[in-house]
Amino acid sequence: MKLQTGTRLGLYATLELARDPDRTLSAADLAERFGVSTHHLAKVLRTLAGAGLVQGGRGAAGGYRFTGNRRRTTLMDIVALFEPAPGSRGKEPGEETEIGGALQRVLAEIDEIAEATLRSVSLETMLKHPM
Amino acid sequence: MVAIRPAQASDLPAISALDARLTGVRKPRYWKDMLGPERDFLVAETDKGALAGFIAGEVRAWEFGQPAAGWVFAIQVDPKTRLKGVGSALFAALAVRFKAQGVTRVRTLVDRKDHLILSFFRAQGMVAGPSLQLDKELP
Repeated sequence: MKLQTGTRLGLYATLELARDPDRTLSAADLAERFGVSTHHLAKVLRTLAGAGLVQGGRGAAGGYRFTGNRRRTTLMDIVALFEPAPGSRGKEPGEETEIGGALQRVLAEIDEIAEATLRSVSLETMLKHPM
Repeated sequence: MVAIRPAQASDLPAISALDARLTGVRKPRYWKDMLGPERDFLVAETDKGALAGFIAGEVRAWEFGQPAAGWVFAIQVDPKTRLKGVGSALFAALAVRFKAQGVTRVRTLVDRKDHLILSFFRAQGMVAGPSLQLDKELP
């Protein structure tokens, strides 16, 4: 499954911070860890903060810590902050045809499986059983 | 804390009632068949002797072409005792019985829209297995 860079960074940052909720890490620390620009990561952290998953940060040196619930937050909760909801694609040309409809059913099946997987894996499960 | 023990005939009314309450379907015959000698059917009991949950499974070899594995057919936990580790204790006890029978893998099938039970099995360390379930409405 192809996720946008921001989504993957959101997952990395949340999991890294959730590993030890008492620890604070700056956007610069996290950016260095993942090999991306601090600017890009700061934007991702702002989205996570808006959702109540992390808190803190004033400028590049400000520390962030995890403030969500490890057992109740799933990978889907984070993916949904950055990606359009599965199955929410706009109408594609040709969808009204018989072949287009059949193809659409296959794509919807893939979306449903991906969503079930992401919704069933909590941060706690990820950190306890790295797959 | 709960005690885990093999299910017996006298547990069937409570098992059937708990399952019917949670699924909306009564299937007493199905639960009676789970007491068969080849099955592993365990209950979790509170210190007051009430049913807190149950799990049923069996070791099967070459099912769908796969070598022997322990299959979990059903698990239910009384909502009053959820989030207290009853399901995990039942799963762990069943896994011990499966291992004693010489298998090293445990499998189950889950409704992909039932995120609660999917999350439970994920939290036990289970990941997607090698098979995909397919089905079709018969004309």
